[in-house]
Amino acid sequence: MRLLNNRRFRAILYQVLVIAGTVAVGFYLVSNTLDNLAQRGIATGLTFLGREAGFDISESLIDYSAADTYGEALVVGLLNTLKVSLIGIVLASLIGTVIGIARLSSNWLLARLATVYVEGVRNIPLLLQLFVWYGVITALPSPRQALAPMPGVFLTNRGLRIPSIDWNPAYWLVLAALFAGLVGAFLMARWGRRRHEATGRPFPAVLAGTGLTLALTLAAFVLIGAPLALEVPELKGFNFQGGLVLSPEFAAVLAGLTIYTAGFIAEIVRSGILAVARGQTEAALSLGLTRLQVLRLVVLPQALRVIVPPMTSQYLNLTKNSSLAVAIGYPDLISVANTAINQTGQAVEGVAIAMAAYLTISLGISAFMNWYNRKVALVSR
Amino acid sequence: MRNDEQPSATADVEEPSAAVYPPPGEAGPMRLMGWARRRLFNTPTNVALTLLCLWFLWETVPPLLAWALFNAQWTGTPATCREATGACWALVGEKHRLMLFGLYPYDEHWRPLIATLLLLGMLGVSSQRRFWRRGLALAWVAAVAVMAVLMWGGVLGLRPVDTTLWGGLPLTLLLALAGIAVAFPLSIVLALGRRSDLPVVRAVCVGYIELIRGVPLVSVLFMASVMFPLFMPEGVTVDKLLRAQIGIILFTAAYLAEAVRGGLQAIPRGQYEAADAMGLGYWQKTVLIVLPQALRIVIPPMVNQFISTFKDTSLVTIVGLFDLLTSVKASLADPEWRPFFIEAYVFAALIYWCFCFLMSRYSQRLEEDLMAGTRR
Repeated sequence: MRLLNNRRFRAILYQVLVIAGTVAVGFYLVSNTLDNLAQRGIATGLTFLGREAGFDISESLIDYSAADTYGEALVVGLLNTLKVSLIGIVLASLIGTVIGIARLSSNWLLARLATVYVEGVRNIPLLLQLFVWYGVITALPSPRQALAPMPGVFLTNRGLRIPSIDWNPAYWLVLAALFAGLVGAFLMARWGRRRHEATGRPFPAVLAGTGLTLALTLAAFVLIGAPLALEVPELKGFNFQGGLVLSPEFAAVLAGLTIYTAGFIAEIVRSGILAVARGQTEAALSLGLTRLQVLRLVVLPQALRVIVPPMTSQYLNLTKNSSLAVAIGYPDLISVANTAINQTGQAVEGVAIAMAAYLTISLGISAFMNWYNRKVALVSR
Repeated sequence: MRNDEQPSATADVEEPSAAVYPPPGEAGPMRLMGWARRRLFNTPTNVALTLLCLWFLWETVPPLLAWALFNAQWTGTPATCREATGACWALVGEKHRLMLFGLYPYDEHWRPLIATLLLLGMLGVSSQRRFWRRGLALAWVAAVAVMAVLMWGGVLGLRPVDTTLWGGLPLTLLLALAGIAVAFPLSIVLALGRRSDLPVVRAVCVGYIELIRGVPLVSVLFMASVMFPLFMPEGVTVDKLLRAQIGIILFTAAYLAEAVRGGLQAIPRGQYEAADAMGLGYWQKTVLIVLPQALRIVIPPMVNQFISTFKDTSLVTIVGLFDLLTSVKASLADPEWRPFFIEAYVFAALIYWCFCFLMSRYSQRLEEDLMAGTRR
C-alpha cells in the first residue's frame, strides 16, 4: 500500500502497464492476422515485390510495362504522386498568394471576388471537385472536334496537348549558361550585400542577377544558332500525335488539388500580411523607402515568419490529398498499391508500404520547411 | 477601428461614415459616387483592376444565370433536357430521393428523413449557448436512441434495415458526428498523454499522433477496410460501415488531439502550479482545473475539425460506402441522365457548402463569444 503511494513507483507502474497493454494488443492483432493469413493461404513477406506485376499503368515517368515487377510498379505510383504533388504545390502557392493579396486589395470588387473564391472552394469537399473536373474534361469533344483555344493547344477528352520543344543536343550549352548565370548572380548578390554592409551603398542584386542570367542564357542560345523546333500536336487517325500531353486524369487531379489548396493558402497569406502591424509599413514609408522596398524589406520578411509554419501543413495536406486521385483513376501510389493488394491479397504489406512512403514524404517536406522556417525566423540578439 | 485596406473575413468592410465622407449636404447617388471613387477608382491601378473584374463578371455571370435559371429545365425527361440549352434540374427532381437517402428502401424514406431532421434540430439547439446544460446531454441520448430505432428498425413494427443499405445525407452526417463524438474523448487522452511526464506514455501518444497525421485518410480507410478483417479473430466480422467509422475516428482523434494540446498549452503555468500548491493530485488537477479551461479554448478549433471531418467523409466512397457523394454519383448511373452530371454535382456541392459555411461562421462567432471574457 505504501509502495502504491510512492510517486516514482507509480510512474514506473503506469509505464509498465502501458507497455504491457500496447504489446498485448499488438500481439493479439498480429496473431489473429497470421492465423487468418495462414487460413486463407496468403503468403507473407515482401517477396511479392520481385514478382511480375502483370498490369499496365496508364502513365509513367520511367519505363514500365506489365512484365515489370510489383516493386517497379510501386515506384511508378510513387513518382506519379510526387509529380502531381510538386507541380500542385508550386501552382497552388502562386495562385494562393495572388488570391490572398487580392483579398486585401483596397479595390472593393477585387476583394469581394477573391472572398467568393476562397469561401466557395474551401467549403466543398475536394473529392467532389475532382469528380467535377474529371467529368468536365472527359466531356470535352473528341480529338476530331478538339477545342483549340490557342494555335497548337488542343483540349480533348483524351487530355490536354501542347506543343513541345524538340530537344537539341546544343541545348546543353544553353543550360550550362543558365547555370553559370545563376552562380554568377548568387556570387554577385553576396558581393553586393558585403559592399552594402561595409559602405552603405546599396546594390540592385535582384535586377543585376536576373539581367546577368538572362543575358548569358540568351547569348548561349544565339551562339548555337538559335535552333528552335516546336513539335506541334497533329491529328493522326483518332488521336493527336506529338507534343506534350497531360492525361485527363492528371489534369483533373492537378486542377482540383491546385484550386482547392490555393483557397487555403490564400487565407494563410492574408493572415500573414495582416499580422504585420500597420505601423511597420508607415514607419518604413516615413523613412523614405519606396512601396516596393517596404514590401520586400519590411512587410514580407515579417509576414513569412507567420506564413511558413501553416504553409508547411498545407503542402503536406496537398501531398496527402493527392491520394484522392485513386477515385478518378490517376495511377498514384495508393492506386497502384490497391491493385497490387487485390492481385496478391497481401493487404498488410501493401498498406504498410503506402503508409511508409507517405510518412517519408511528409517527413521530407517537414524537414525542408523547418530548415526554411529557421532561416526566416526571428534571430534574437 | 478596422482599417479600410484590411477587410476581414468575418465582417463586411465598413462603409465610410457619413460624417467623414462625403461632406455634409451630399446624399443619395452622390454618396454612392463618392464610395465608388474611393473603393473602386482611386488609383490608376484600381481603375484597371475594377475594369478587369467587371469584364470578368460580364463574361461569366450572365451566361451562368442563363444556364442555371432562365434556360433551365425544371421538369421533364432526359430528352427534353437535351433539347434545352440550360441546366437540367429535372434530374435533381427525378433522383433527389436516391441522392439524399442512397439505397435505403424507397418506401421507408420517411425514417431517415425524420432522423435527419431530428439530428439537424438537435444540432440547431446545441449550437445555442443558453441550452448548454445537463438536460441537453439527456436530450441527445434520447434523440440518438430515436434515430437508431428509426434507422435500424426491427422494433415497433418497423422493418429492419441493414446498415449496408444506409446511405446519402444521413450516412454522411452519422459518419461525421459519430466520428467527432467518439474521437473527442480519445483525443483528450492522447493530448494529455503527449504532455505527460512519463516518457513511455509520451512516446506512445506522439508516435500515434504523428503516424496518423503523416498518412492520408485514404490509406487509413484502406487499412480499415482491408486489414481490419484480418485483425479480428476467426468468425468475427465487423460490418463495412463500422470499419469505415473506426477509420474516421482513429484519423480524427489524432488531429483533434493536436487541437486539445493547443488548448492545454494555452493554460498559464500558474494554474498548474497553483493546483499543485493546493495539493491536488494529477487527475484532480486535470479534471477540475486544467480541462475545464482548456476545452473552452478548444471548442472553435473543434468545430473547424468537424467541418474537415464532414468534408472528409466523402472519401468513404473509395471503400464503397453509400454516402451523399456516392449516392449523387449513383444517380448518374442511368446513361440517359449521365450528360447532366454537372447539375447533380452542383446539388451535392450546395448541400456540403451550406453545412460547411454555416459551421465556419458559427465557429467564428463562438470564438468571439467565448473569448469575450478573457479579452483585455
